[in-house]
Order: sequence, then structure tokens, then C-alpha cells
Amino acid sequence: MSDALTMTGRSLRLSARTPDALITALAMPVMLMLVFVYFFGGAIDTGGKYVQYVVPGVLVLCAGFGAGNTAMSVTQDMQSGIIDRFRAMDVRGAAILSGHVAASLARNLAATTVVFGVATAIGFRAQASSAGWLAAIGVLVCYIVALSWLSAAVGLIARSPEAAGGFTFFIAFLPYPSSGFVPVDTMPSWLRGFAEHQPLTPVIESIRGLLLGRPVDGSGWQALVWCAGITVVSVAAAEALYRRRTR
Amino acid sequence: MQPPAMEARGLTKSYGKVAVLRGIDLTIAPGTVFALLGPNGAGKTTTVRILATLLAADTGTARVAGRDVRTERSAVRRAISLTGQYAALDEQLTGAENLRMVGRLARLSRAAARAPRRRTAGPLPAHGCRGPPRGHVLRRYAQAPGPRRLARRRARRRLPRRADHRTRSAQPAGGVGPGGRAGRLRGDGLPHHPVPGGGDRLADRIALIDGGRIVAEGTAAELKRLVAAERLDLTLTGPEAYATVERLLGHLVVRREPAERSLGVATSGRADHIRELLDTVDPERSLVERFTVHGATLDDVFMTLTDKEPSHV
Repeated sequence: MSDALTMTGRSLRLSARTPDALITALAMPVMLMLVFVYFFGGAIDTGGKYVQYVVPGVLVLCAGFGAGNTAMSVTQDMQSGIIDRFRAMDVRGAAILSGHVAASLARNLAATTVVFGVATAIGFRAQASSAGWLAAIGVLVCYIVALSWLSAAVGLIARSPEAAGGFTFFIAFLPYPSSGFVPVDTMPSWLRGFAEHQPLTPVIESIRGLLLGRPVDGSGWQALVWCAGITVVSVAAAEALYRRRTR
Repeated sequence: MQPPAMEARGLTKSYGKVAVLRGIDLTIAPGTVFALLGPNGAGKTTTVRILATLLAADTGTARVAGRDVRTERSAVRRAISLTGQYAALDEQLTGAENLRMVGRLARLSRAAARAPRRRTAGPLPAHGCRGPPRGHVLRRYAQAPGPRRLARRRARRRLPRRADHRTRSAQPAGGVGPGGRAGRLRGDGLPHHPVPGGGDRLADRIALIDGGRIVAEGTAAELKRLVAAERLDLTLTGPEAYATVERLLGHLVVRREPAERSLGVATSGRADHIRELLDTVDPERSLVERFTVHGATLDDVFMTLTDKEPSHV
């Protein structure tokens, strides 16, 4: 446990040392939010102000960019000899990887705060009770943790940081075929089937419902089950992959 | 009785059809500096990785501080400190941050991990280190001598204050050759400058490894006696003379410096032997311009026993 904390400190320092990655992970979603709200938003009918609709999608997009960096950090560690150094000090793989995930969570929460700030500046108004806020943040945290563990597992598969970077692109694309930016019932039916059932839709729907003070129905539980499932599978995969890589 | 610091019996390791280790036997006494020398691909790194619990041997057993590297991995890891060739340090962190991180991983309290910072971080002028300035990330200084020295310093830092820590600061080979960095480990484990003229004073005991086997082991003096006590260096009159004498001497040659037209030959150092040798290769007295007699160096031992150039001198 104390090793995991030390590793978290290290990962946070490494994040702070790569401000370019931080800025990219922050600027991209904010830019996209501005593009969607001001360029496309007027043409998208969501039955209300578009900025009220789009914020959860942007939050999830932002988490995708941020968590994707975890894959690159993990690959970099596996490639450099530092991992041998840690292993010879009896640091478990789980501690190293949790350090990366915890740092990713901290990074993402900081980015989330910025996105909320910009969103508020351009007219987003949450109508949530404090319980609603907490629940929305809770769902977002679960999603970030799930995605970060998935990234860590991908980072253990990738043989170069560039290859790991490809994963970020894939993750960053997933919010588009979901209810994040446009209502799914405007999509062609074959795509709608995917969009309605992919994990991001319940995550986005529940955050949206909680922030706007609307009923979330089943999407809250669905989001949590998806996140828990992704986390469990990713942790197990990461553990197995780490063992294989260090044999 | 105190167990050996390290003990290996019949270690083998293969990658597919490539046998990297073909039966390594080693016994290293506590409180000694032990050097494992060999050419590229000889199996030095593989041996060190097995002893450091980072890699499992195919067959054979190894114990470090009396603990089995396979079944008592954590105990072994607590007894060793590994200073790796490439990334003993996190080059994305500063020197002080590295020291603190390792201190914490070594179970020092937060305060203790922080305390020696002023004393140890930053340039180490006492050791001629022009390494990274305080507060700078190490990566930018990777070419400077700093990181590796800091690495050794850091490795030393988590060692219990016991005499046998010297053994543990031995480098995980990989590109180590006579006169290489092992030469800097003599004494209290502090970094020293390379010993000029090879690593004759480098370690208490040396094992030469080649082709996955230990080909010789002993003190530097013992190893040199295996070859010859002395080396006769002949400076030849020209390139043709060099070629002729090299051919005549054949496998006796332990050192070649074509640029200086100089050949080194193993010899007992006795006058009659040197006379006889000179008469044999140069009866006309036209090929050899000058000669000198030296104590043999580890390079000579190495080249004679492994028939290869040292990978890193």
C-alpha cells in the first residue's frame, strides 16, 4: 500500500513533467466543446440549449484523452530498465500500475474541473442537488478508473509508446457513436443499435440526468455495472500481462 | 557459519535454441567485491538477473544471503540492491526525487527518506561529479557521468551497514570488461575513477564468463598466473615485420596494437625465456625494434582465456 502511494507520487511527478500531454488532454475536449456548441450546436435539436446537452459527452471525451496517456506511461516504464529496479526492490506490479491509475484519476479530475469551468462560462447551468453532484462525480470517477485500468492493460500489450498512443485515438473516438453529442434516435438504425448499447451511453446518460436533476432510470446502474466490469477484467488482464512481461 | 553472500549451482538458461547459460557455478564470500567479466553475450546480465530474482533459471539453484532466489524471492530482494546498467534511476525525476522515492520504497520513514537530501542530492563534487544541477531532471544529463554515480550512491543508501554491502554493489554486467566500471568499486563502495591500465586492483575475486560458462575464477593475481606472470611487448620495425611476427607467434599473442606495430606475448619474465623468444621470431635481428616487459593485465588473461576482445575496456 505504501509502495502504491510512492508510485502514485512518482506518476504524478511524471505527469507534471510532461505539460504538453496535460495541455493536449485538456485543450482538445475544451476545443471540441466550443466547436460543438458554437459551430454544430445550433443545427442539433436536443429539445433545449445544446450546451446543457453536450457537457457530459465532453467530460467523458476528456476522460478518454486523459486515461489514454496511462497506456503510454506504462509502456514507457516497461521499456526502460526502471521496472527491473522496482522489481529488485520488491515493488509489486500491482503497486506500480495502481500508481499510474491513481495519477490518471488525479489528472482527470483536474481536467474535469477545467471543463466544468469553461462549460459554466459558456452558459452551462447544472440543476443538481448536492447529492446529484456527488453521484455524477462518482459515476465519472468510476468511469475514469475503469478506463485507466484498461489503458494500463493496453500499455502492457503495446511494445512502444507510439503504439500505446493509438489506443488513445480509439478511446477518444468512442463518445461519438453514443448519446454524447447527438441524440441516438437521429442515427441510422444499425449505428443506433451500437450507440444504445455501448458502455458510454449509460455513463453519459446518468451523468446528464444527475447534473440536470432529471430521473436517471436504469442508466445509473448500467453505468456502474459497465465500469465495474471493465475494471475487473482490466485489472485481471493487467495482472496477467505484467506477470508475462516480467517472467 | 555465515552463508555465502551468493551461491549458484548449475544455472542454465536458454531462449529457444540459444543457450545463454550452460551451467554457472559461483560462490561469493560475504564482504568481498566480486567481478563477473566477459564479452558481449557471454551471459553476465542473464546471471545477474537470475541472482537478482528478475529472471528464473531453467535449471540449477541460486541462493543470495542464504535465501533461495526462486522460493524466497522477497527475502532476497530485501537483501540486495541492484544498480542497473540502463535505468537504475528514473531519469524523468530529479536526483533528490530519486533518492526520496527509493528511500520510501526501502521502507524508510517519510522523514528519513527526506532527511539526507541536503547531504546527498545535487552535484557530488567530492567525487568529481559534474552531474545534474540541483532540481534538474536527470534525463537531460544522461550523457554526463552523473546518473550512474548517483545510482551507485542510491544503491548504497538502502544497504544495511554491514561489511558485505560491497558484494551487493557489484554491477549487473552487460558490457563490463576488464578495467571497466568494476574498477571503480574498490574500497567502500563509493564511486571511484577508473583504474588506469585495467582493473588489476578492482575486485577481490573475478570470474571470467564466456559462452555461458565460468572459464576461470580467482583473484586478479591468480588469474594472471594462469596465463603468464608477465607480458612481453614487442615493437616491430614495420607493418611487414608486424605481420611476420604475429604469424610466427600465433596463439601466444595476447595483445595486438597494429597502429603502434606492437604485439604482446605471454612470458615468464625470465631472461633466458625472453632471449629464446626473440631469437626464434627474429634471428636476423631486423624485425623487433624495442621490447618492454610488463606485469600481465586482466586484458591479457581475458583475451587468452576467451579468445575475444573485451567488450568494454
